Amino acid sequence: MSVPAGWEAVIGLEVHCQLLTQSKIFSGAATAYGAAPNTQADAVTLGLPGVLPVLNAAALEMAVKFGLAIDAQIAERCVFARKHYFYPDLPKGYQISQYEQPIVSKGHLDIEVGEKVQRIGITRAHMEEDAGKSLHENFSGQTGIDLNRAGTPLIEIVSEPDLRNAQEAVAYLKKLHQLVVYLAICDGNMQEGSFRCDANVSVRRAGESKFGTRTETKNVNSFRYVEKAIEYEIQRQIGVLESGGKIVQETRLFNPDTGETRAMRSKEEAMDYRYFPDPDLLPVVVTKADVERIRATLPELPEARKARFESQYGLPAYDAGVLTGERALADYYESVVKASGADPKLCANWVSTDLLGALNKLGRDMATSPVSAEALAGMLRRIADKTISGKIAKEVFEAMLAGEGGADEIIKAKGLVQITDEGAILRAIDEVMARSPDNVAAYRAGKDKLFGFFVGQVMKATQGKANPEAVNRLLKQKLTA
Amino acid sequence: MHTLSIRQLSEGLRARKFSARELTQHFLKRIEQHDKKLNSFITVTAERALTQADAADARLAKGEGGPLTAPLLGIPLAQKDIFCTRGVKTSCGSKMLDTFVAPYDATVVRRLHRDAGAVLLGKCNMDEFAMGSSSETSGYGPVKNPWDLTRVPGGSSGGSAACVAAGLAPAATATDTGGSVRQPAALTGLTGIKPTYGRVSRYGMVAFASSLDQAGVIARSAEDAAWVLQVMAGFDPLDSTSVDRPVDNWIGSLDRPIEGLKIGLPKEYFAEGLAAGPRRCIEAAVAELKKLGATVREISLPHSPLSVPTYYVVAPAEASSNLARYDGVRYGHRAADVQTLEELYKRSRGEGFGAEVQRRIMMGTYVLSHGYYDAYYLKAQKVRKLIYEDFRRAFETVDVVLGPTATDVAFKLGAKTDDPVAMYLNDIYTIAANLAGIPALSLPCGFVEGLPVGLQLMGNFFDEGRLLNVAHQYQRVTDWHARLPGAFT
Amino acid sequence: MPITADQIRQVAQLARLELESGRIEKYAHELSSILELADRLSRIDTTQAQALAHPLDRVQALRPDAVTDPVGEAGRATFQSIAPAVRDGLYLVPKVIE
Repeated sequence: MSVPAGWEAVIGLEVHCQLLTQSKIFSGAATAYGAAPNTQADAVTLGLPGVLPVLNAAALEMAVKFGLAIDAQIAERCVFARKHYFYPDLPKGYQISQYEQPIVSKGHLDIEVGEKVQRIGITRAHMEEDAGKSLHENFSGQTGIDLNRAGTPLIEIVSEPDLRNAQEAVAYLKKLHQLVVYLAICDGNMQEGSFRCDANVSVRRAGESKFGTRTETKNVNSFRYVEKAIEYEIQRQIGVLESGGKIVQETRLFNPDTGETRAMRSKEEAMDYRYFPDPDLLPVVVTKADVERIRATLPELPEARKARFESQYGLPAYDAGVLTGERALADYYESVVKASGADPKLCANWVSTDLLGALNKLGRDMATSPVSAEALAGMLRRIADKTISGKIAKEVFEAMLAGEGGADEIIKAKGLVQITDEGAILRAIDEVMARSPDNVAAYRAGKDKLFGFFVGQVMKATQGKANPEAVNRLLKQKLTA
Repeated sequence: MHTLSIRQLSEGLRARKFSARELTQHFLKRIEQHDKKLNSFITVTAERALTQADAADARLAKGEGGPLTAPLLGIPLAQKDIFCTRGVKTSCGSKMLDTFVAPYDATVVRRLHRDAGAVLLGKCNMDEFAMGSSSETSGYGPVKNPWDLTRVPGGSSGGSAACVAAGLAPAATATDTGGSVRQPAALTGLTGIKPTYGRVSRYGMVAFASSLDQAGVIARSAEDAAWVLQVMAGFDPLDSTSVDRPVDNWIGSLDRPIEGLKIGLPKEYFAEGLAAGPRRCIEAAVAELKKLGATVREISLPHSPLSVPTYYVVAPAEASSNLARYDGVRYGHRAADVQTLEELYKRSRGEGFGAEVQRRIMMGTYVLSHGYYDAYYLKAQKVRKLIYEDFRRAFETVDVVLGPTATDVAFKLGAKTDDPVAMYLNDIYTIAANLAGIPALSLPCGFVEGLPVGLQLMGNFFDEGRLLNVAHQYQRVTDWHARLPGAFT
Repeated sequence: MPITADQIRQVAQLARLELESGRIEKYAHELSSILELADRLSRIDTTQAQALAHPLDRVQALRPDAVTDPVGEAGRATFQSIAPAVRDGLYLVPKVIE
């Protein structure tokens, strides 16, 4: 679905990205997901009287890493501010965030939609603390508050309103997701809320230069939902305007069951956050030396890696793109190439087709893959040295997935060593030709298509172990003789 | 025993002239006898005190103690009820925290009681959330001045001051956001010091205005104050605003002569507004300091008249934010029978906070709200810079700045409760030190009609040692600080 | 500029304070006089002054990323012993409508 003719949508995304630290942004409580309620809510997280925040060094470093990766400005001096509102999952009555002086500003990310590359501006990224969770299950008509998540470090990444449809928004979001996972500053788990998106959407008549009134749709927690929520919101707003109505600036909630958004009741009141610099925290200074030290720890970023995969391994752009889509996948691929010494293109096919297909079927990811890079490399070595054929390899790979051991072990146990002895192959060919004199005659009379039949029969006779190249060559000789 | 200095008490303990238990029992008994008249304690921790005293006796028996290693071992102290004490109610003078038994110790409490072995007698009454200059805004009733029970002891640390003045504790901790250590010390004839901002950890000290709050001591002499402050002070990694810099040996520098000391008298502090009686006492004290070899010159702190308006923008703004956490959800007062979240917040806070706290929350909310931030809060932070610069310039030419602590002696209970602005103007001489972050001390320098008068010394950053030294040298040749109110001898 | 009773109501709403109705006029009067005091600042030239947020010109210290305050069930029990309403380890509030 695209934006109807005569209209233009203007979309900006705000992404909350939980940083992968051990402890909270301002205290020594753990940040692990899934702990029993409030067992990770220490005195600071609870906002007890008298407690004070102290900034986590790793959170700052990760924010800087992100800034460097989007080619942004890193503020030499940034300031934490308090953002005030009352909500039960916000223990202090204010959120420690950054307002006028964020750590990261003026970056960008290039996205590809179809054939064209588009540069999306990132206005800013600032550090802040996450809020807790409200559990709305029925506690005799009450809401339960779990503050384990409160105080988890976040960066909030605010894009420019550069996106014009839901597809671009999703492409941007995926690119951002890929980047933060690459940087190892976020686990990217959208289900668990590690990577959350709010979408600001407005529409205007084509050619209009002024932005329309925007709405903010909160916490849309999958790529698909982001797409649906934005599309719904665009249609809704156009509908309202076309029927002579007005868009109200408001916060809306996406309902994944209906695919619709609705205004949030709790946010009806006009907000006055009363930001001011947090007097409990001092200005954060990041020196040029700090920036350079952190820059040196940056991993190779997806785009650079993709380009290198194309040049170094001779991969087509598409394959290089798939393999560098995830850092763990790219790492896996490179380990396989290195350990197997096999043709990089062959390795690429196995990793991107066979391995990913299998993982997809098993519902697993790279981290829990039943076949390690070393194991796959072991098998590819046997293809390279012609111990097994590519066809046999599929069988070996299935056995490896089933946990039957390493490639060599399986090849030996199942007797899958390739037949390269031409005498043996010729004997098989003779047998097949002797069994099917009609087909031989037909082939010789010009029915070329029958060649495949003969190959199949020879492979069958050798339990698939015959070297396919030798079978082809010898069959041709025999049949045309 | 309640007339001895902390040094004498420490010597007595080490010489086994009396045990820490006996000393503690003596003060507990005095509290029981006299505090009904004063209302200086919110909580008396008698049982815990005796346990701590016994532990101190055991350590003393092993030869521990003394000014260099453990100056406060076995010494009873009172804590302002603003410092969190694990397992003991920490009310901050507010009904909001009436049920709040702190689950952790403030750094000050840890240093004094757990590490140094001082004995905790109890928690002192105070203005609610330290907002007040008379200790009348307490949710636990007003504190009385031991020199005249119809008068206020000053505030917000009125309970700390009253109990020390009446000899119910050798010394007490206090906090100072706009004069809350110095003004009550002045009004009760005691020595009180507010160190440099960042010198004492604020961790576990219930926040009022974070950029101004600083913990200090109220004691009967500069020497006693030095003994306590020496233990309290120091860097704390739990407080981002605490300063990572070694603490000077203040006890060791008390005896230095002050010959050649350059004293500045800011003309703005001696303008109209200072009552005649206190003015005479301060002038006499200046003459005494000259006799000790100090030189005196007039200086100007041109922006000091702006201290009060600056403070009454900055402090309420920070307070309105700091007090947002009291919402009836995790601790503290929660209104009964609430149906909605909105009701929970509004009624819990409406019932839990007293009028002065509500006033300041509203004032602070107003100056931070949309459309007013620049005109009030940002403007005040800029004027604050000008006030800071005044002091920076002053300390290029003088060692200490001397003036009155308060405009007059203690006023009558209820005299200013209906006029917040009149109450605020009480702090006119003390606020500037908080805005600038510099150390300041008040010491007694005479009496007007039987009521003590305080003198204020302000020093450069981290120059607490000099303030204590000057005060101690003055107290060696005067005895204003050694007097006890008649009813409490 | 004097503060009106309506402004007091707005500010009290923002600060979540339920005020006794009899007090609103009184607060309006008192806050007006405090603001009158604060208005003295507007007459001061501060074009050359940088806002002073902290008296000390220092920068934020950082803590190493380590779990130094594990809470666990025991810690939670301590913290929740002073809580007004808890169940199953959760703090309870009247139903929140999103």
